Amino acid sequence: MITVKHLTKRYGSHLAVDDISFTVQDGEIVGFLGPNGAGKSTTMNMLTGYISSSSGEALINDTDILDNPIKAKRDIGYLPELPPLYQEMTVMHYLSFVYDLKKCKLPRKAHLTEICNLCQITDVKDRIIKNLSKGYRQRVGLAQALVGNPPILILDEPTVGLDPKQMLEMRNLIKRLGKRHTVILSSHILSEIQAVCDRVIIINKGKIVADGAIDTLAQSMSQNRRLKVRLDGDAAEVLQALRAIKGVSKVQQSAQHEAGLYDYELTPVGNEDLRKAVNAAAQANGWNIYRMESGVLTLEDVFLKVTMGEWQAEQKLSASAATAGKTAESAAAPAATDDKPENTQEEAK
Amino acid sequence: MGAIYRRELGAFFNSAIGPVFLTVFYLGSGLLFWLFCLSYATTDMSNYFAWMRLVMVLILPLLTMRLLSEERAQKTDQGLLTAPVSLGGIVLGKYFAALTVYAIGIAIVFVYAIILSFFGTVAWSIVLSNFIALFLMGAAFMAITLFLSAFTANQFIAYVLGIVGLVVLYVIDFLSGTISSTAETVAANSTMLGTLLGWLGTAMESVSFFSRIYDFTYGLFNLSSVLLYVSTAVLFNFFTVRVFETRRWR
Repeated sequence: MITVKHLTKRYGSHLAVDDISFTVQDGEIVGFLGPNGAGKSTTMNMLTGYISSSSGEALINDTDILDNPIKAKRDIGYLPELPPLYQEMTVMHYLSFVYDLKKCKLPRKAHLTEICNLCQITDVKDRIIKNLSKGYRQRVGLAQALVGNPPILILDEPTVGLDPKQMLEMRNLIKRLGKRHTVILSSHILSEIQAVCDRVIIINKGKIVADGAIDTLAQSMSQNRRLKVRLDGDAAEVLQALRAIKGVSKVQQSAQHEAGLYDYELTPVGNEDLRKAVNAAAQANGWNIYRMESGVLTLEDVFLKVTMGEWQAEQKLSASAATAGKTAESAAAPAATDDKPENTQEEAK
Repeated sequence: MGAIYRRELGAFFNSAIGPVFLTVFYLGSGLLFWLFCLSYATTDMSNYFAWMRLVMVLILPLLTMRLLSEERAQKTDQGLLTAPVSLGGIVLGKYFAALTVYAIGIAIVFVYAIILSFFGTVAWSIVLSNFIALFLMGAAFMAITLFLSAFTANQFIAYVLGIVGLVVLYVIDFLSGTISSTAETVAANSTMLGTLLGWLGTAMESVSFFSRIYDFTYGLFNLSSVLLYVSTAVLFNFFTVRVFETRRWR
């Protein structure tokens, strides 16, 4: 179990991590999500004892990482952003060194062979690390974290720099590891977190902005369950009929997508599920439903909402505070447009 | 500590640094041996040892320059610092690995002594005490150069810092005698300045790493000198650990 209480890291006047608290139960796979520079790595470095916190505490299985670092570190396997590999060593020599370093008690040969098989590095185990590809290095990095079978794995961007196939393999491996270990993994790739983790903690500018199971988080973010449908039929008639459905507070029609097909967005009064009623209306009027989407936010929506929302709120504040509000806004505007393509790009990868 | 010691020792001999160090060391010491022993046809090795101490200033930083800086440059320090080992274990593992390579290097003096023993009588006790002196001095100096190298991630800068550090010690050594003798002359005119200079001279003499070694060259074991070398080694290793500790807090 990992307990983090009011953890803060200050670099000079810059607050890298600002008073964050969370608990990770045994057996959970938790994703740390946030844009670059949000404080993910800093938090992980504090959890693993690489750097000290400015204030607050981090408990690894009830042991404070600063009070009793050796005991706490024994329970952690850490894969930093850049795997700490000695370039001139062979994979097996390196893992053997890590085995000695961690004072591992398991049978050496069997344990290391098992890890090599798990991480699929058996065929490169006698090669020098310097000559390995990025994908293999990343897997060797994961292998060193697994040496000694620590109950907690902390993985900092484990799939960064991998090709799509390797990424998929790495995710599957992490999912499998999650059955035996508590895993914290960081990423700025949304689909990755969605695919691997049960729970997500979203960090932005050193603060936790959202924490919860992915589904419930998405549901709580969207104020109500909006419904998107694509229908044929006469637009005016459809609008009228949809508005007549009980429990619908608002219907919006968007542009024509295909010839004769329109998208409609229905907003329910409460948290009502409108799908059945829409289906019934379509049948009664002889329309065909081409697409129906219940408007629960995806993780990407949540992420953008949470990170952009805060950004916008800040902009408003600074705009009203500063007399030369216009210049501040125009200066900050490009940063906002930069953010978005980056995220979609990562998604595409 | 054991794991780090073994890995460092392996790294010395698997990379260029170990062989290069030993080659340069043996070439230099072989040249000095030929110059001061063989060419004079003498079994007295004291001149040889005197020059070896100077050579050490140049080559000792070679052994310690990469121990800490390379870890930082390659980011492998993250693996060490998040492993269940103490900072002291990390620093000492590296220090003793370098000390071992150094001991392998200076053990060559016994080979020279054996060669000389074919031509005449070798004072073995003096050879042994010179070896011990060289070893202790190296142990102290390496702790200092390792400490200095902890401030940079660049091997070359670590090397230069190491040399500068040792040269400063050499200069202190060199000046201490001059200052003490000046103090006597000055004391005739101005007692206060003379006393001050005298104190300064004594202080500098007490940390004179290079001249203290002369006792050993006569085969004398001076406990205070042994203590100076050993305590310097302990102190600077401790400082190195502190450097690591404070870096985490920044």
